[in-house]
Amino acid sequence: MHLLYQIFVDPFVQMGAAPDLFAQTLWDGLVAGVLYALIALGFVLIFKASGVFNFAQGIMVVFAALTLVGLHEHGVPAFLALGLTIVVMFVLAFGVERLMLRPLVNQSDVILFMATFGLTYILIGFGQLLFGGDPKVMIANELYLPSGEMRFKGLGGFVSFQKIDIAAVIIASLMVAVLAVFFQRTRIGRALRAVADSHQAALSVGISLEQIWVIVWFAAGVVALTTGIMWGARSEVSFSLQIIALKALPVLILGGLTSIPGAIVGGLIIGIGEKLGEFYWGPLLGGGIETWFAYVIALGFLVFRPQGLFGEKIIERI
Amino acid sequence: MRAPSAGDTALGEVLLAVEDVSLSFGGVRALTGVSFDIRKGEIRAIIGPNGAGKTSMLNVVNGFYQPQSGRITFKGEVRKAMRPYAAARGGIARTFQNLALFRGMTTLDNILAGRALKMRRGFFWQLIRHGPALAEEVEHRRRVEEIIDFLEIAAIRKIPVGRLPYGLQKRVELGRALAMEPDLLLLDEPMAGMNLEEKEDMSRFIIDVNQQYGTTIALIEHDMGVVMDLSDRVVVLDYGRKIADAAPDNVKKDENVIRAYLGQPHGVSV
Amino acid sequence: MLYREVGQYKTSYAADMAVFPILQDRIGLGVILLVAFVGIPLLGNDFLLQAVMIPFLIFSLAAIGLNLLTGYTGLLSLGTAAFMGVGAYACLKLTTYFPQVNIIVWIIVSGFFSAAVGVLFGLPSLRIKGFYLAVATLAAQFFLEWCFIRIPWLFNYAISGAIEVPKRTLAGMALTGPTATSQTRYLVVLCIVVLLTWVASNLVHGRIGRMWMSVRDMDLAAELIGIRLLRAKLLAFAVSSFYCGVAGAMLVFLWYGGAEANVFAIDQSFLILFMVIIGGLGTLIGSFFGAALIYILPIVLRLVPEALGLPLYPATVEHLQFLILGVLIIVFLVVEPSGLARLWQIAKQKLRVWPFPY
Repeated sequence: MHLLYQIFVDPFVQMGAAPDLFAQTLWDGLVAGVLYALIALGFVLIFKASGVFNFAQGIMVVFAALTLVGLHEHGVPAFLALGLTIVVMFVLAFGVERLMLRPLVNQSDVILFMATFGLTYILIGFGQLLFGGDPKVMIANELYLPSGEMRFKGLGGFVSFQKIDIAAVIIASLMVAVLAVFFQRTRIGRALRAVADSHQAALSVGISLEQIWVIVWFAAGVVALTTGIMWGARSEVSFSLQIIALKALPVLILGGLTSIPGAIVGGLIIGIGEKLGEFYWGPLLGGGIETWFAYVIALGFLVFRPQGLFGEKIIERI
Repeated sequence: MRAPSAGDTALGEVLLAVEDVSLSFGGVRALTGVSFDIRKGEIRAIIGPNGAGKTSMLNVVNGFYQPQSGRITFKGEVRKAMRPYAAARGGIARTFQNLALFRGMTTLDNILAGRALKMRRGFFWQLIRHGPALAEEVEHRRRVEEIIDFLEIAAIRKIPVGRLPYGLQKRVELGRALAMEPDLLLLDEPMAGMNLEEKEDMSRFIIDVNQQYGTTIALIEHDMGVVMDLSDRVVVLDYGRKIADAAPDNVKKDENVIRAYLGQPHGVSV
Repeated sequence: MLYREVGQYKTSYAADMAVFPILQDRIGLGVILLVAFVGIPLLGNDFLLQAVMIPFLIFSLAAIGLNLLTGYTGLLSLGTAAFMGVGAYACLKLTTYFPQVNIIVWIIVSGFFSAAVGVLFGLPSLRIKGFYLAVATLAAQFFLEWCFIRIPWLFNYAISGAIEVPKRTLAGMALTGPTATSQTRYLVVLCIVVLLTWVASNLVHGRIGRMWMSVRDMDLAAELIGIRLLRAKLLAFAVSSFYCGVAGAMLVFLWYGGAEANVFAIDQSFLILFMVIIGGLGTLIGSFFGAALIYILPIVLRLVPEALGLPLYPATVEHLQFLILGVLIIVFLVVEPSGLARLWQIAKQKLRVWPFPY
């Protein structure tokens, strides 16, 4: 009885009793959710255009951030380093298309998925060799990213917003908006959507699959870089970020593998759900449930909607 | 392929009865109020222009789709909504237009897979294999070899089916269906994509299966010659409705059928 | 011409369906078993046994487990390490409560606990397929990892938070604990692995293996021939997790001698998945090949710079390992997506017609 009370009533009482804490947790969840959504966005881009489930998206985030910081450590001015990193991501996209996608072009999805595992390990090894395995500090100041916090009195106490978090939300929203416009309005965007629908049909109207794949992996790389900068600015740049990136998977499940709005909504749900779960229900279980709570949420969704919230229903024709 | 038992339907009696079945997907009406029956021991053809709902009809019989209305009676019992595995256990086997073979396995293994329902040896015996499980495998292998000989595919039995030409793959699929020793065999366009010689072979196999083993057969087919030669009775579907149901010769002359296939004549009297 | 089958006729179906129909294969297997049971314990040194053979066998068993699930049944799983962990912790609790029962018995029994957990986390496979199912197994992985750390009862409330392996004996010989010799432990591991491999072989060559492969190749068609999908999939989860659980118990009790929870972390799951992919999905021998390559390669990599006289930091060697592993995976997938087992098959094919080219 007491246990039921603890699970179903007490957390809500707590939420009401300290609304400022509740708002704070919501905000923290929102920010985490935005960052998960960004990672998921990278996945969706690549999956939509090449059908490849890019397991290496997480490590691309780390690698991009490391490259940026590493270049800066070697004396390159901040914005030049940023430009160079973007070039590096382009080279990576090109390399991936040439050396990984092209040789494996007709293989099954599972094979391509496993190949991205290989890519992950290559990036881990390479990144560690070039930049060392120690955590680094993101060059937030040099990039003119705001720091410090803003406090608001209200809701019975106060709520504090880190300025970098606000910046993260704004930049992420901008990025999504830009990508949305890109997909809907430009010629290349249209070509990407065509490739996502059917490779063969796209080929038959003269769209070069290879070019599209380079573009899309590059776009995913830029998204990864943005994510890396934001995330690194909030905490630090280290390889442990890659495991956190696995959280993008429950986001993808919720949102469906092929939907950009789905990645956003899924990210927010997971981020907020996770934080609320950890804060209000976590103490019941001894804490630390953030590591798996997101997956359980996703699992629950999957049982009722195997294709996710926005994903395409998998119709099997006989 | 097996000794008759008391529960069997007698030759000539209705084995499967489809009554007023309607099926739609979202807004698309695949079948509307279709009724017909299949008698034991006969070869029943289901024909109609593309999109008439023939494959959907078989899918309903098979349990892949659940009709929104209507009912199906099989072996005298009204069938509740069921999954395909229940239909299989009930004695219905099926081949597919686009082939549903297990591409990672050899011909032999594919047909042996068809014996899955007949293999009874439990998990424990499977763990040690030698002894009763192996004996059962050998026994079923014997039966499968009979089917392989019957279908004249002995030369390719150890080859992974993915490597076989299309015509042989269709034969393997037929073999797998036969391995189930079904009461009712549903064939979805068994002759599709075959040349004349292959069609003749397949026709011969179908007739043999029907006459030697007494298997009731329902087949979807586009080749009119095959339909006329093989079938005892024909059902014609068009836009999800039944428009004719008679012996092949009568169906050939039916006005509705001719109109469905050839279209309405414009300004020319028929 | 050494490998010809000329003159070896099969006169019964049983003979034709034997696992090793060719005489040369049977001889080869016999030689390998002889070397394994007699040669290596007598001639091998401690390093070979402790650092190479024992872990190779243990990981091969785990790879077989994963292969049964992913390679034969087509259900991608990223929770292998967690299921291994369940076996290890189950074994610890069993031997803590019943220390008089032989540890080998408990190692095998702990597999059943793993199997139960595997079935539980396999239930979603009724509705979910492919990548989505892989994410469900990730849920298992992270949740179980959390359990290993947060439930002190599991590791007997040890302050270190790690499993501490008590000494256990058989007929006076120490099997676990610091006094157990590597020979003893190696032989126990070898016996268990050989037995369980034989069982796995029996399963995959019979109706259950065919059932699993049907589900993998086209589950709609599998339903069509009367297979109940949920049962087939849950059975795969159960058997696979059993194997992983036994491997996990052996890992802690007969190799490490103790373990912290991070032994069963997600990178271990990935590693075993690579073993299965590179070794060959859907083959038993591939599990051994993959384990050999993925496990022994880093050891070789560590030794090569020393042998060549190049001084490399251990950290650098580790980074290089990641890099080379990643490259290897992609190269393998490009060259032979069916893995080392297929390469082995091709090699045998060439042997058949040697010295002719075809």
